[in-house]
Amino acid sequence: MHVTKTITINRPIDEVYTFWRDFENLPRFMYHLEIVETTGSNRSHWVAKAPAGKSVEWDAEVTEDRPGELIAWRSVGNDDDVRNSGSVRFMKAPGDRGTEVRVDLDYDPPGGKAGSIVAKLFGEEPTIQIGDDLHRLKQVMETGEVLRSHGAPEGIGRSVLRQHASQPSESEARPQL
Amino acid sequence: MKATCWMDKQSVEVIDVPDPEILNERDAIVRITSTAICGSDLHLYNGFIPTMKKGDVLGHEFMGEIMDVGRGVKNLRVGDRVVVPFTIACGNCWACKQGSTSLCENSNPSATAAEKLWGHAASGAFGYSHLTGGFAGGQAEFARVPFADFGPLKIENGFTDEQVLFLSDIFPTGYMGADLCDIKPGQVIAVWGCGPVGLLAMKSAFLLGAERVIGIDRFEYRLQMARDIGVETINYEEVEDGPLETLNQMTGGRGPDACIDAVGLEAHSPGLQYAYDRTKQALKLESDRPIALREAIMACRNGGIVSVLGVYGGMIDKFPMGVVMNRGLTIRSAQTPVHRYMRPLLDLIENGKIDPSFVITHRMPLADAAKGYKIFLEKEDNCEKVVLKA
Repeated sequence: MHVTKTITINRPIDEVYTFWRDFENLPRFMYHLEIVETTGSNRSHWVAKAPAGKSVEWDAEVTEDRPGELIAWRSVGNDDDVRNSGSVRFMKAPGDRGTEVRVDLDYDPPGGKAGSIVAKLFGEEPTIQIGDDLHRLKQVMETGEVLRSHGAPEGIGRSVLRQHASQPSESEARPQL
Repeated sequence: MKATCWMDKQSVEVIDVPDPEILNERDAIVRITSTAICGSDLHLYNGFIPTMKKGDVLGHEFMGEIMDVGRGVKNLRVGDRVVVPFTIACGNCWACKQGSTSLCENSNPSATAAEKLWGHAASGAFGYSHLTGGFAGGQAEFARVPFADFGPLKIENGFTDEQVLFLSDIFPTGYMGADLCDIKPGQVIAVWGCGPVGLLAMKSAFLLGAERVIGIDRFEYRLQMARDIGVETINYEEVEDGPLETLNQMTGGRGPDACIDAVGLEAHSPGLQYAYDRTKQALKLESDRPIALREAIMACRNGGIVSVLGVYGGMIDKFPMGVVMNRGLTIRSAQTPVHRYMRPLLDLIENGKIDPSFVITHRMPLADAAKGYKIFLEKEDNCEKVVLKA
């Protein structure tokens, strides 16, 4: 399964690259991730939210790192269930509009003998989920944080049909991201 | 707090809901002193804008006093008096940097759904369905205002609420409608709809140098309000075959230099077209009823501009593209980038060029909002504009 999505962020390339290169930032905009820990200069440990309140973990290594241009990574080890890889490219947007960010992700398709767990993380519409991730990355980079509303307390990602009423709620849930 | 909530089609109620709190660092909480019902709220009331939910707090025209600010807001203090723009905008993205704040790329938490419907998302807005982000609106005692360090306009002189309240939407919207016409001296501008935004578009057209302005409506009291500000009028129910021939007669056969659609998706007409569009709309074969827009396109002079500020939500039928193409028309439109217009329009108010409060016909307490919606919809008691005092 291959998913790709692109967004333009009104910040300089180096800033966007540096933010992404610190993988510990990824859960701030990739909501399926709980935490990413840097465990070495090219190694990291990823914990993702699996269905039914469980979590799933894997280690990843950076396979290519060209500052201001490209970062590529892949899961390591023999666990077929969580095999995945990805890359992100940074390109100068024309007309002084900042940075074009293009993400490519690969994981084994659902229903196959392997890879089903990661496929579940990305859901039935992985392009939409990656698109939501990139919208949130853009918000974090351009405005400082993910914007919430009373209808969508976690911000971008909740489908319109599943939103709450646009009305303050008693608990005023402030999910920590 | 008390808040005006959408409960169902043609049902709004003022009910008790929790007070809003700061949700983002750049938020402010505003204690609302004045708020208004907009003609576009009637599209929500009548159920023509999809993705409304029971309990949604309505209202996008409001002003008041700062009660609380998040730690990211350095330019406002508790007690400051502000008017809040109805479109929500971050001030950081490329669109905001161009001044196109109604196209803000970061302010709509429903961006993904909006992209599916419209190709690309537009900004968030207060109290205007879940397609614009699910933000609670301002027909309430309090509102949470995102990006408060960028949006709200501080009011420092002794203006009354009524003089400046409409900077939140309808004055900038009417002004934009005229601004998009690129008015030059000697020009004749026609405006479909003599509601509050239509009247402010007419007044703005004069301010921008129009020689003559022609207003079109079917309610005599609204046409009279237009005449009171120097506008010539057409009651389209009293002329044969719509306003086209009358407009030609009034303009030496040329047609108006620019036409402003201040009606939008619930247009009326006495003719067959209305029956056609109303039926298709009821069957959900067409989301919007573009009768005023079609008339504006037909009437406009060769090479003229059609400026659309009336609200449209989705798809329209029988769009006269052949007219646009063969006669070299330009169509311009937007949700209003309110932020760009607020300061210069406040200057116009301050310099005595305009007092937008002339559109107000009804004032009532917030608790009576449901009644306000009803008389505004039914045009009872010559209702033009309802202001609610919280």
